[in-house]
Amino acid sequence: MFKILKKEYLANNIWLMDIEAPRVAKTCQPGQFVIVKMDEKGERIPLTVCDYDREKGIVTIVFQTVGASTEEMAEYEEGESFMDFVGPLGCPSELLGMTEEELKKEKLLFVCGGVGTAPVYPQVKWMKQHGIDVDVIIGARTKDILIMEEPMREIAANLYIATDDGSYGFKGNACDQINELVKNQGKEYTRVIAIGPMIMMKFVALLTKELNIPTIVSMNPIMVDGTGMCGACRLQVGDEIKFACVDGPEFDGHLVDFDQAMQRQRMYKTEEGRAILRRKEGDTHHGGCGNCN
Amino acid sequence: MEVDVLKRVPVREQEPEVRAANFEEVCLGYDKEEAMAEAVRCLQCKNPQCVKGCPVNIDIPGFIKEIAEGNTAEAYQVISRYSALPAVCGRVCPQESQCEAKCIRGIKGDAVSIGKLERFAADTAREEGIKPQKAESLNGKKVAVIGSGPAGLTCAGDLAKLGYDVTIFEALHKAGGVLSYGIPEFRLPKTKVVDAEIDNVKSLGVKIETNVVIGKATTIDELLDEEGFDAVFIGSGAGLPKFMGIPGENANGVFSANEYLTRSNLMQAFDDSYATPIIAGKKVAVVGGGNVAMDAARTALRLGAEVHIVYRRSEEELPARVEEVHHAKEEGIIFDLLTNPVEIHTDGEGNVTGMTCIRMELGEPDDSGRRRPVEVPGSEFTLEVDTVIMSLGTSPNPLISSTTEGLETNKWKCIVAEEENGQTSKAKVYAGGDAVTGAATVILAMGAGKAAAKGIHEFLSK
Ligand SMILES: Cc1cc2nc3c(=O)[nH]c(=O)nc-3n(C[C@H](O)[C@H](O)[C@H](O)COP(=O)(O)OP(=O)(O)OC[C@H]3O[C@@H](n4cnc5c(N)ncnc54)[C@H](O)[C@@H]3O)c2cc1C
Ligand SMILES: Cc1cc2nc3c(=O)[nH]c(=O)nc-3n(C[C@H](O)[C@H](O)[C@H](O)COP(=O)(O)OP(=O)(O)OC[C@H]3O[C@@H](n4cnc5c(N)ncnc54)[C@H](O)[C@@H]3O)c2cc1C
Ligand code: SF4
Ligand code: SF4
Ligand code: FES
Repeated sequence: MFKILKKEYLANNIWLMDIEAPRVAKTCQPGQFVIVKMDEKGERIPLTVCDYDREKGIVTIVFQTVGASTEEMAEYEEGESFMDFVGPLGCPSELLGMTEEELKKEKLLFVCGGVGTAPVYPQVKWMKQHGIDVDVIIGARTKDILIMEEPMREIAANLYIATDDGSYGFKGNACDQINELVKNQGKEYTRVIAIGPMIMMKFVALLTKELNIPTIVSMNPIMVDGTGMCGACRLQVGDEIKFACVDGPEFDGHLVDFDQAMQRQRMYKTEEGRAILRRKEGDTHHGGCGNCN
Repeated sequence: MEVDVLKRVPVREQEPEVRAANFEEVCLGYDKEEAMAEAVRCLQCKNPQCVKGCPVNIDIPGFIKEIAEGNTAEAYQVISRYSALPAVCGRVCPQESQCEAKCIRGIKGDAVSIGKLERFAADTAREEGIKPQKAESLNGKKVAVIGSGPAGLTCAGDLAKLGYDVTIFEALHKAGGVLSYGIPEFRLPKTKVVDAEIDNVKSLGVKIETNVVIGKATTIDELLDEEGFDAVFIGSGAGLPKFMGIPGENANGVFSANEYLTRSNLMQAFDDSYATPIIAGKKVAVVGGGNVAMDAARTALRLGAEVHIVYRRSEEELPARVEEVHHAKEEGIIFDLLTNPVEIHTDGEGNVTGMTCIRMELGEPDDSGRRRPVEVPGSEFTLEVDTVIMSLGTSPNPLISSTTEGLETNKWKCIVAEEENGQTSKAKVYAGGDAVTGAATVILAMGAGKAAAKGIHEFLSK
């Protein structure tokens, strides 16, 4: 069993949890993920490693409630335990494969959206610890749903906040902010790392292709086992089929077929819709509402 | 009970119409009277050919004699000297091409039902709470086993019986390998049979640590150098699914058989009280003709779909067990033989709407000795389906080979290991089962686990 040592509400239905998982904490790296299975009958839920403490054997996860399983997860309290917690899975961030000299030559821009801000944090922290300054953009619809602004500000060289409605920071989305930095302020970046909703990553990748900046994205397709056994997580990347759980989750954003990936993510929409109804209404829901089929 | 010595005692099964709508076991097995009657048919050959047909050389006349005399517990003890998973093998071994193929009785009439008798002995032992014999004392040596499929369980069980302190590391949340995630409930009951046989292995003192992916959480070198293991056995199977590479294969509604079966078996998606979803499909095409294809097809059928098996060769070449093909047909699976998919079609939202196939005919024999299927020009037609399940075979996952220095693999990514003792190119590291041979059978994996246990024991007692 894997104990929840800390639970914290961040914003916008996003929760942070510290989990006691010594084996995972010992070897996990930024860019990798874990799979959580809450109880006997639970789904296997992939979540990115957001931080870790090797000495204390702790792994931090941050998740947003988007469906039946993540809602149930948010009901777990400190002191309770998850039945299964497997990881680390996937490959460490590509940046970790580079030498410090190579990295020092890079001018990196991290672009985060929504819950994707959380997994960017350990990467930026890692850079900071190795003496490498990076810029970070956090994009959000509005001020109230921003997460992790303060911790990120402490470690980023420059932190830019962009809100769609202009309620805080720059007015515009993440792409507008990139344009502002590159086109108007003349900033130069050798690489962009975008982590957030697929739709955001798609448009960032389109823009950086135009700007000719190599771009890494972190894909979150539907997964089952997370070990390369089922193929549910397959993506079209260039002219190859890749399994996100073993070949990724990070890929070259200019090669990923985002439209197909987004389509595949919707595969269980109606099935999940039924699951949510079952959870909310129990046996009292007998169809006919028009939403459950 | 009347016995015609030339005919086997028939085994009771659920009626096809009934079982097509449930996940209960199809074959109900013998009761004691039936088993004893069948056992009497064995001629107790002096030079039993059947034993040569069994990859782990079970003393077949030995255990059948005990059944004939009504000593079921003794029969089980005879079998468990050779096999750690008799209730599994009695159900899923391809007996018709192994032990039973060699049985002398088969020359004039039906071979003795060795598999069904093995199953009877193991089931009865379990019901009566009989356990295999545990080692009297530990020898102080530690062995790590990677993977809890038949190869890993057998190797672990054999080593534990010899007094080793054995830990199995399993990537998934549940032990059993393909027995748990692949082969369906209606053919191999999970709680009743698989979990019980795993418990037997545990009762020998074997520890099973689930949720540990070797190559990620820790490596083989770390197990040997830091965690104090004296040897490692790799039984990680061949889990990586293949796809065809045809247009439309990433559409919504196209699954690998592994995904479909994992959702249904490991995650129990057919039961609404479990959270994992599965798309049942109304009309399903399963591409392939092996055991895995039959299992996926019969699972989809039980979830309520009309199911077609699409296979490019003819019935004769179907690699699945005869019994499974027979059961599938009885249940109403439609076989589209000599047919091969060329493209999958979708609607505007990316959902599968159909699959164009082409008719095939058999030409000259190929490397495998089977006649090579060739396309019949202009014979394309479209099968209207909403779900396609690809069951084209699997290969070993590179997770372990790519993270272990000095571990040799061949061009199919299979780990190279000696057949007689499982020794790999790396000292202290042994391997066996599907990870070495590519996708094969339960009993061959067990045979390899056994051979490696012997190899490890010889090495560590030097
Ligand atoms: C490698 C990886 C890392 C991830 N990291 C995080 C993270 O750090 N924080 C976070 O909040 N979320 C993360 N996700 C997404 C998270 O796994 C899903 O939000 C979660 O599984 C949804 O479950 P649900 O039942 O609550 O929602 P559902 O109702 O099942 O689905 C809501 C949405 O999520 C999609 N979805 C469903 N199941 C999965 C799945 N297994 N994987 C991906 N998407 C799915 C659905 O298609 C739908 O669009 C990650 C996914 C992957 C693959
Ligand atoms: C659907 C289906 C039906 C079948 N039907 C039959 C049948 O009727 N009769 C028959 O004889 N055979 C059948 N087979 C084949 C048979 O099941 C396999 O040949 C056999 O299970 C192989 O055993 P194994 O121990 O080598 O590997 P597996 O059973 O594949 O077990 C390997 C285990 O290792 C784990 N693992 C993998 N990598 C790692 C890692 N890095 N770290 C930790 N753990 C890891 C896996 O999760 C898995 O649990 C069938 C196979 C399938 C898929
Ligand atoms: S293990 Fe398989 S091959 Fe051997 S006797 Fe039993 S059924 Fe026959
Ligand atoms: S070959 Fe057949 S008859 Fe002879 S011992 Fe084996 S099972 Fe009995
Ligand atoms: S999640 Fe199953 S192969 Fe990637």
